[in-house]
Amino acid sequence: MTANGKRTAYVNARLLDPASKLDCTGALLTDGTEIADLGPTLFADGVPEGIERVDCKGHCLAPGLIDGRVQLREPGDEHKETIVSAGLAAAAGGVTTMLCLPNTHPVIDDVALVELVKRRAHEAELVNIHPYAAITKGLAGKQIAEMGLLAEAGAIAFTEGVKALHNPMTLRRALQYAHSFDLLLVQHPEDPDLAAGGAMNAGELATRLGLSGIPTIAETILVERDLRLLADTGGRYHVAHLSTAGAVAAIRRAKAEGLNVTCETAPPYFALNENAIGDYRTFAKLSPPLRSEDDRKAIIEGLSDGTIDAIASDHAPHDQDSKRLPFVQAENGIVGLETLLPLMLELVHNGSLPLLRALEAVTAAPARIFRLDAGALAKGKPADLVLFDLDKPWKIDVEKFRSKSKNSPFDERPVQGGALQTIAAGRTIFTGKI
Amino acid sequence: MTKAHASSLFPHPHLLGIEGLLADEISLLLDLSESYVEQNRQANKKRALLQGRTVINLFFENSTRTRTSFELGCKRLGADSINMSVSTSSVKKGETLIDTAMTLNAMHPDVLVVRHPHSGAVKLLSEKVACSVINAGDGSHEHPTQALLDALTIRRRKKRLQGLRVAICGDVLHSRVARSNIHLLNTMGASVRVVAPETLLPTGIERLGVERFHDMAQGLEGCDIVMMLRLQRERMNGNFIPSSKEYFRFFGLDAEKLARAKPDALILHPGPMNRGVEIDSEVADDIERSAIYEQVEMGVAVRMACLDAVIHAAGNNKKAKP
Repeated sequence: MTANGKRTAYVNARLLDPASKLDCTGALLTDGTEIADLGPTLFADGVPEGIERVDCKGHCLAPGLIDGRVQLREPGDEHKETIVSAGLAAAAGGVTTMLCLPNTHPVIDDVALVELVKRRAHEAELVNIHPYAAITKGLAGKQIAEMGLLAEAGAIAFTEGVKALHNPMTLRRALQYAHSFDLLLVQHPEDPDLAAGGAMNAGELATRLGLSGIPTIAETILVERDLRLLADTGGRYHVAHLSTAGAVAAIRRAKAEGLNVTCETAPPYFALNENAIGDYRTFAKLSPPLRSEDDRKAIIEGLSDGTIDAIASDHAPHDQDSKRLPFVQAENGIVGLETLLPLMLELVHNGSLPLLRALEAVTAAPARIFRLDAGALAKGKPADLVLFDLDKPWKIDVEKFRSKSKNSPFDERPVQGGALQTIAAGRTIFTGKI
Repeated sequence: MTKAHASSLFPHPHLLGIEGLLADEISLLLDLSESYVEQNRQANKKRALLQGRTVINLFFENSTRTRTSFELGCKRLGADSINMSVSTSSVKKGETLIDTAMTLNAMHPDVLVVRHPHSGAVKLLSEKVACSVINAGDGSHEHPTQALLDALTIRRRKKRLQGLRVAICGDVLHSRVARSNIHLLNTMGASVRVVAPETLLPTGIERLGVERFHDMAQGLEGCDIVMMLRLQRERMNGNFIPSSKEYFRFFGLDAEKLARAKPDALILHPGPMNRGVEIDSEVADDIERSAIYEQVEMGVAVRMACLDAVIHAAGNNKKAKP
């Protein structure tokens, strides 16, 4: 595709590539859908005729973000989000690849559904979309789905979506089966029995609010158990959205023992704690729930020492009717595509993470975990890029979200930095200013 | 080696499994079987070798070819045989396995041929009776006469067992056929691989001396023998594998996958086949490659040899006692 494609030179850029630890001023050339060249001396003598020139004005040019955990709500809940609206939101957030969960209606547990999502994503011509497929048929937790055929059709990994695969025998067989095909299983780390009936983190605040709590052990025990199973079966296993210090410690130990485990967290778990619930704010109702300040710090520590590999938005769009309810009855989750980049940069500005490490968590790390040919600035890689302002202060405004749903606890939060231009497969899919 | 000579050399009054048999003992049974192959192809297939002997076929599990071939084997050797299946037996009325065994023992049979759904049941029964016992399949444990008939089929086609590369493909986890074959082929110097999704491979199977593969193309590479196992319907519903469609796509034997094996590779299947699940009709019906009906023919001869051998061994043992 490189030959005879449209060529664009991004000059005067701060090139940031976590995969190669590159951080320098220079230029990057895209040819068609691929990166053709980059470096500090490229176009030092000017851009030749016939190549479009984009002046980055010293802003950061990095691989487009890879968001490993998004709910598209299509098919089935298009009043909350669609592939197009999520694609626009992703583009505005600097995300060029997203992985969508299978908990749609119908469930993505069949080759035809994988093909449907891929076709609609292709027709939308926005970001790259890779569907997850269900581990079990209908997400019922009983019978293993056709993982081999689903993977052939393009399922990127397998997960039960927003619930855990709880039955240990089913999980054991799923791990074994997936191992036979070298496929990745992604677990929602919450024991449903220990979490049953809970609405928020168990603790003082839950007690004051009179809400049933979800103890941190609901996460820790499930993760510890799964790691034992993984040690027995082998295979590839990834834990979604860690929220507790205990689970971080468990994964840290498992990695030290050489287990093939990876994990991610999501911005609310390092940017907020349970106090964000305040006076029953349902926009702060998540699964897993927002935890204590000690847990939040442990999540940042896990990101810092590499125990936590990646950050995903855990984008969970909900309409007003799903959230304007008594706290216990409200749906879990927040939209995250358009706040992923600024909240990730918050960790850089507050000194928690170096810029390249923070970027790695949303580019090279998910590319490695999900084996995607993306997430790096290198010749021959897809021209999936984000040009972002690193420093400029602004306030998050949910009314400006492209997402159909506005359920974010980060409304009016002061942040620094955000996407200026997003390029997917060489095409500019977003331009904006802060 | 003459037949009478061969059968009198077999030292075991029971045939409960392949595990523990020596290479010479296996060869002896195969040699003896060869002579019965010839007999079975004659117009007059009947001899009086076991005249006056009584064989009871005691089947606690359904069977077509195993039971039929034992029955036919008895008749062709001149023995009297009766078939007891669970639906007609007093087991349905609540009798325990041992009580059934003792009852039958009181009728002075010479051989009990027993199939049972539970591993170890045939061994238990053999400890309680005075006659010879042949295991016609116990649970997921052993099916020695199947392994012997497979070996005879292979040996006749390939002229040897030693040094052959054999892939056993499919539901190894639940398969007594696989276990007996692994023991036999290893004892006879073949190299054995198992090919299946991890969910259908038992823990520690490599300790039985096999290599494990999850990919048919890799597992079949360079094989002389491709042994397919039957996948039972109750395993297809998502507990062990997602569906028969997916199973056939990745683990069903078709021409494309078979192309990875040697050009003269032989296909075996213990039957009954699930066409379109573990095997494609195109390869199952290829008379150049498929030995599936030959296996059935060898089955009768092997069972005749086993009946002959254990009866003689039991007679020798009795004589040896003062």
